[in-house]
Amino acid sequence: MENKTPVVRIKELSKSYRRGSQIIPVLQNITLDINAGDFLALMGPSGSGKSTLLNLIAGLDQADQGSIIVGDADITLLSETELADWRAGHVGFIFQFYNLIPVLSAYENVELPLILTDLSKKKRRDHVEHALSLVGLEDRMDHYPSQLSGGQQQRVAIARAVVTDPTLLVADEPTGDLDRKSAEDVLQLMERLSKELGKTIIMVTHDPRAAKRACSMKYLDKGILANDTETRL
Amino acid sequence: MILKLVFKNAFRQKLRAALTILGMCIVILAFGMLRTVISAWYAGVAASSANRLVTRNAISLIFSLPISYKEKIRSVNGVNIVSYGNWFGGVYIEEKNFFANFAVEPVTYLNLYPEFILSEEQKTAFFRDRKSCVAGQKLAKRFGWKINDSITLKGTIFPGNWEFVLRGIYDGRDETIDETQFFFHWDYLNETVKKSAPRRADMVGFYMIGIAKADSAASIAQTVDGLFKNSYAETLTETEKAFQMSFVSFSEAILTAIRLVSFMVIVIIMAVVANTMAMSVRERMREYAVFKTLGFGAFHILGLILGESLVITSVGGTIGIALTFPVVKAFGKAVSNWIPVFIVEPETIYMDIAAILMVGVVAAIIPSWRAVTMRIADGLRSIG
Ligand SMILES: Nc1ncnc2c1ncn2[C@@H]1O[C@H](COP(=O)(O)OP(=O)(O)O)[C@@H](O)[C@H]1O
Ligand SMILES: [Mg+2]
Repeated sequence: MENKTPVVRIKELSKSYRRGSQIIPVLQNITLDINAGDFLALMGPSGSGKSTLLNLIAGLDQADQGSIIVGDADITLLSETELADWRAGHVGFIFQFYNLIPVLSAYENVELPLILTDLSKKKRRDHVEHALSLVGLEDRMDHYPSQLSGGQQQRVAIARAVVTDPTLLVADEPTGDLDRKSAEDVLQLMERLSKELGKTIIMVTHDPRAAKRACSMKYLDKGILANDTETRL
Repeated sequence: MILKLVFKNAFRQKLRAALTILGMCIVILAFGMLRTVISAWYAGVAASSANRLVTRNAISLIFSLPISYKEKIRSVNGVNIVSYGNWFGGVYIEEKNFFANFAVEPVTYLNLYPEFILSEEQKTAFFRDRKSCVAGQKLAKRFGWKINDSITLKGTIFPGNWEFVLRGIYDGRDETIDETQFFFHWDYLNETVKKSAPRRADMVGFYMIGIAKADSAASIAQTVDGLFKNSYAETLTETEKAFQMSFVSFSEAILTAIRLVSFMVIVIIMAVVANTMAMSVRERMREYAVFKTLGFGAFHILGLILGESLVITSVGGTIGIALTFPVVKAFGKAVSNWIPVFIVEPETIYMDIAAILMVGVVAAIIPSWRAVTMRIADGLRSIG
């Protein structure tokens, strides 16, 4: 955990939305380094821009100003298609509402990101089974999302996020829709991913209990990053 | 797996998918029926030979031509056979039993129509007996006629009761050939008319000309008409196709309307399928956003949506095509007295397939465009 090389370097990042003629600044001049292997919790009130920042880091959205360097690539310079390819290889996503494809089985949902790779069917099977056993659902491979509980669905989503072995895991309120017990399981799982597998995780949450699981915490308010809130646990 | 996804997506909203497929099926069936009606109308035109010309009175079909023209026409270069005849217009028992009946010169007529297939014995029997007649297989079946049956037609243009003996039943060479015709010896007609109405004798309604080379049709027609220019009965000679066309063109307006309706039903189903696709895609925006998040590109999204649209149109369309055959057959049977050739043409099936593909593609355009251009962040936010 003492790896201090930053894997994400955000410099003077700004983003605003236009609503009619009005320009609403959402993120203002954000500068932030995230070290490899870090488990960062991003907190802040609703509407403060957490999701927007996370989406920018994950290459889902384009910034107005500033740069985001992930590994050795400045993703603010990539085109839409380059960004899609980059995401496929470098980022794993965990959403609040799991976002599994309802007509695909757990196995197929996890296999989905691998379809874009040139792995053989056999290799894909190995990866999917490994990822599902990591989240403890190897016996639910053939279940469809509707046959799984919320917590189980989120664990399948986590398996889908890690199956490509991405540089970065991003999670937007991963426990926001779960009961306390399931949330606990999911958080434990993420903690393990960070501690045992050395994954770099950025998690947006406004649940202090969730934030406590992380190794560091940043606080965002009205689009401005509060600098002195970093806490080491 | 992508293929499985396409199929599963297509049938996710079971009722909606079923209704859309039903609509597609009915539209393709209706389209096939309408196209078949149109091609049935043109059956005479389609079956006409490029090697046959028809000569008739230049004023109108109801005026006739002297029999003496026969030799002059035969002398024209490039003319192989000359036959002739009259529209007889006889009624079998009742008006409603309508069928086409002609008085023709038997030998030349059958030479000109090799598509009417008759056994050698029947042919000889027909040629030998002056009061004999030949009927198409469908017509004979309709009235239960057998060889050597005697048949009485009531004359309308040529009054009186006319007795014939059925000496031949012809088969069409293929299913596009009209098997409901009835013809008999022109000589029999002419001799009877000679006695009852001598002024109407030795006149024919039309000449049928067999020519050696189809591409000399125009010049031969011109030469023939030139022969009788400034005579008291000028002629109009045209290809059999053009002659048949002149019957169809009476009803051209109706055919245009049918054609228009056949395309309109396609446009309607296009709107219906497009609506189904728009609803499905809107409900699944979030899923497409997830696909994009995972790195799937525009082509994948397009493939998913287009594939789904094509699954719906092809399933419905294929059932529609499959139903077209029995329905056309049943319908054809019901109307066979009025429409002699009622069959599904290969072109109709090609047009069906083109319609299926076109509807599928058109219906997918707007939803695909929406899904492809949607911003991921917005898509993830949308309620699915
Ligand atoms: N597509 C958009 N168009 C306009 N405004 C947006 C859009 N997305 C987000 N916003 C606005 O940006 C602000 C930050 O949103 P968000 O990043 O989702 O906040 P958080 O995740 O911290 O709750 C909010 O005021 C929201 O209304
Ligand atoms: Mg948010």
